Amino acid sequence: MKGNSYLPRKIHSLLGVIPLGLFIVEHALTNYSAYEGGKEGFSDSIDLLNSLPLVLWMEIFLIWLPILFHGVYGLYIAYQSNINTGRFSYGRNWAFTAQRITGVITFIFIAWHFYETRLQVALGNVSHEELGQHMNSIVSDPLAFTAYIIGVLAATFHFANGLWAFLVSWGITVGPRAQKVSSNICMVIFVIIAALFLLSLFAFRGDEFASAAATALSSVSVG
Amino acid sequence: MAETATATGRKVKFIITRRERPEAAPFTEEFEVPYRPNMNVISALMEIQRNPVKADGAKTSPVCWESNCLEEVCGACSMVINGKPRQACSTLIDKLEQPVRLEPMSTFPVVRDLVINRERMFNALKKVKAWIPIDGTYDLGPGPRMAESKRQWAYELSKCMTCGVCLEACPNVNDRNSFIGPASISQVRLFNAHPTGEMNAAERLEALMEEGGIEGCGNSQNCVRSCPKGIPLTTSIAAMNKDTTKHMFKQWLGL
Repeated sequence: MKGNSYLPRKIHSLLGVIPLGLFIVEHALTNYSAYEGGKEGFSDSIDLLNSLPLVLWMEIFLIWLPILFHGVYGLYIAYQSNINTGRFSYGRNWAFTAQRITGVITFIFIAWHFYETRLQVALGNVSHEELGQHMNSIVSDPLAFTAYIIGVLAATFHFANGLWAFLVSWGITVGPRAQKVSSNICMVIFVIIAALFLLSLFAFRGDEFASAAATALSSVSVG
Repeated sequence: MAETATATGRKVKFIITRRERPEAAPFTEEFEVPYRPNMNVISALMEIQRNPVKADGAKTSPVCWESNCLEEVCGACSMVINGKPRQACSTLIDKLEQPVRLEPMSTFPVVRDLVINRERMFNALKKVKAWIPIDGTYDLGPGPRMAESKRQWAYELSKCMTCGVCLEACPNVNDRNSFIGPASISQVRLFNAHPTGEMNAAERLEALMEEGGIEGCGNSQNCVRSCPKGIPLTTSIAAMNKDTTKHMFKQWLGL
């Protein structure tokens, strides 16, 4: 095999599911602990993740580098595609277009989200214990909250629909029936993961995650 | 007979996108063609050819188009009719909204008016070796037999007439993308399904694994919705995805 577009495209497709698809599921579950277990549940989840061995190396090789390759090559794939939903307004063609649009949105969202959270932790501006409060202060701003909702929905759709395309591109779902069934399953996955993320976003807005000072103030005024 | 029909005075309005030379700017012209029962787009174009007068009464040059078989098996008369790429011969005026808009399939180089150059499709067939090599220095004898159940679905794939409608519908066939398009991928499936063609299956799969090959498919599935012959193009593409993936692993593992 000579150097050509087949291999990078195949790697792009694989990375989207393994490890990035697994990471998005993990991320949704971790965040959901903020909804389910409140401040304590969320901080337990964070402690659990950070107690994993080689956690920084896993972040680098299973999250950051795959996202960088998938994102940059994905922008190139989006650039190579036309939008013709005006002439061919079929469901799958809309999904094709949405896959490219949500991909670009997700790439920008992840860059911003990484800067606000993981980078601030790395710079020592935010500690692991303060992450819940930190998220609270971000999503308390209505504009940032809206951006998070859009970003989370885009990322989740991109993953779920990408999983459908992965199954086709690797020749796992071949016939129209298999592709129809997998499409339905992937849309259920989209709804479930989106719900997990949205619930956690709303949970982060709650008083429980407000900073200690703000909580003290509100309890004084209530008392 | 034509006189009695035209006596009704019904006209069919056409808006046709034309251009005089390949590099010339496109422009539109309107025509009104006397209605005849059961007329198709080709017979309307023939009427314009006989009487090249625009709707406003001014004379113009006859509109150029390409057609051969007039029974939807040659693939020559593909054009964009009311926004959708299809065959002009099998498109009946009675089933169209008016005015009828005709445009060339501009995914391909436009030669003149509605005439396009589909050379890239034939080059793609050469690239994927869409044939069965049986020539030799001696008689190779009869080939292996094909199961009837296989022949039945393979026959559906053999209906491809290289008309270019699937390429026109595909959002990944454009100037920024080297994707060869759905038609030739389906032909790889056809020739790899053939008991004799199967002997060269790896060569065709490797052609699909080159730059602009099967990975260019983005699964918009417009091709299968547009194909005038109802060829299961997306099934062919997914089947070739499976075979190229297997082939990739075989190459890696040296099997």
